[in-house]
Amino acid sequence: MHPILGQFRRMVLYLVAWIPLAALLAFLMTATRAIGLREALALAFPLCFIYAFVCLSAWYPCRVTPLEHTNLAKFVATHLSGAVVATALWVLAGRLLADELAETSSFRGLDHLYTAEIPLLIGTGILFYLLSVAFYYILLGIEASRDAEARVLQASMLAREAELRALKAQVNPHFLFNSLNSISALTGSDPSKAREMCILLGDFLRRTLGLGEKSAIPLREELSLIHAFLAVEKIRFGPRLQMEESVDPQTLGVNVPPLLLQPLVENAVAHGIANLVDGGCIRLSVAFRDGDLSIVVENTFDPEAPLRRRNGVGLANVRQRLEARYGNRAKFGAGANGTSFRVAMEFPAEQEAIAS
Amino acid sequence: MSPEAHRKLRAAIVDDEDLARQVLREYLAPHTDIEIVAECANGFEAVKVVAELKPDLAFLDIQMPKLDGFEVLQLLDPAPAIIFVTAHDNFAIRAFEVHAVDYLLKPVAADRFEAALARVKERLERLPEHRSLHGSSHGSSAADLAASARPPSEYVDRIPVRDGTSVVIIPVAKLDYVEAQDDYVALVSQGKKHLKQQTISSIEAALDPSRFLRIHRSYIVNLERVVRLEPYAKDSYVAVLADRVQLPVSRAGYSRLRGFLDR
Repeated sequence: MHPILGQFRRMVLYLVAWIPLAALLAFLMTATRAIGLREALALAFPLCFIYAFVCLSAWYPCRVTPLEHTNLAKFVATHLSGAVVATALWVLAGRLLADELAETSSFRGLDHLYTAEIPLLIGTGILFYLLSVAFYYILLGIEASRDAEARVLQASMLAREAELRALKAQVNPHFLFNSLNSISALTGSDPSKAREMCILLGDFLRRTLGLGEKSAIPLREELSLIHAFLAVEKIRFGPRLQMEESVDPQTLGVNVPPLLLQPLVENAVAHGIANLVDGGCIRLSVAFRDGDLSIVVENTFDPEAPLRRRNGVGLANVRQRLEARYGNRAKFGAGANGTSFRVAMEFPAEQEAIAS
Repeated sequence: MSPEAHRKLRAAIVDDEDLARQVLREYLAPHTDIEIVAECANGFEAVKVVAELKPDLAFLDIQMPKLDGFEVLQLLDPAPAIIFVTAHDNFAIRAFEVHAVDYLLKPVAADRFEAALARVKERLERLPEHRSLHGSSHGSSAADLAASARPPSEYVDRIPVRDGTSVVIIPVAKLDYVEAQDDYVALVSQGKKHLKQQTISSIEAALDPSRFLRIHRSYIVNLERVVRLEPYAKDSYVAVLADRVQLPVSRAGYSRLRGFLDR
């Protein structure tokens, strides 16, 4: 879309901007002393009006030869040839205009006088054309920076959205319903166990809700949230749910986004353990690797299990949150290998602030 | 009252969670007219046990290891009266499409449980020989309904088949073609035929139409397996599969198949 041609207001402003240029041209013409001010004005204003339109065309070569992706030779060749063609047209238009004016009584002889102005017209023609080229490149630059700004804004909005979605998706209602059903079973057979499960569930929920507003928590808090979650699930699944943990104690103080690991462990239960008749094991390992924090969540699963929905939402969420927060400094991978599903991630280890 | 009404109702409980089964057991305890004949912790077991013991009533969880509740129901023919018990409310429509008697949400409330039992008893009394309700002679069987009931815009990615009391699962990617045989369909996968009591139309409805095509009144083919079309007689064609099997193609099937092969 042409930035000027398409809009009436801009077009008027653009033509007004040419008035001083026309005045300048007229002044330069009189400087040759070949013609007087009257003749100069009669030639300069119509000619500049025409040239204003000719120069509009400079937009198209500018757009197809972007500054940052074009080599100098091509750049110079493109715009010089544009300038030469535009100037040739202009000089020709001037010739015709001068001949027309010479027909009238007041400008008799202008056609001969015009010839003296041709070198000046060639000089200003090329200059004006190149000025418009520069003007269009400035416009393109402004447009590009505005685009970049919009993209940055959009990216940060997406990141915020992913974050919100992640937090909203945290407590899976089915986990709650199933836990409540287990409690309901225990009230009859084992009331003290039922009470214990209520307390564990309450503990888990309180921690989850409290973490929502924070942007980062020490790893030890995230781990204790996971422990509360697994303690509830352990009552539900009994010996089917096994857990193995190997956590480097030095990593416990590292800051991590809240509720980053919980959805992964929840997935491991819902898509792994819950589909196995004899249950399985969830392995969590946390260590430092080249100054980054490396976390692996692994679980056994049945590759032939009936498909469950929600699958992948949790994973995509974790990936997005890591990307939003650490950009390309975070690595994330997930995949199945036989009967084992493994999620591995690495991201910069931000130490807990000493003051807090 | 007929003597049958006094007969004890035989119930099976199918849920992978011990505590979930325990609730149902507890709720059933005061009902002396109901006997729990089996408890199963996964789908395979449920199919086996129901086929052997033929209970009147089954409490069926939906998300379970091996087979989900709907897949279990597909394989039960004749099917007992079904009460689904699940934490998910999004399967309710599907559940009633397959003629489930009731749909209980976890945690299960005692009065809802009693209401469900009352509905079962009412239905069984109205139809003492309740099995005829689902019999294939009376329109669609429960198995047939269960096989075609699925969330809209989603197609099955596997088909469970019962072989005696064991269950075979055929991933649709490994399904070569389906052939109608009276009340049954033969599902052919890797050279083996598996019979299933289901109509070819309900299989057709459950399969992704961009991967499977009905080429004949009695045949559905996996499009990936079709190597070429050969003229067979005047105006008729056969589809040749990768393993040289030839399937008849009807005239309507031919134009549909041409459309796919030309793409």
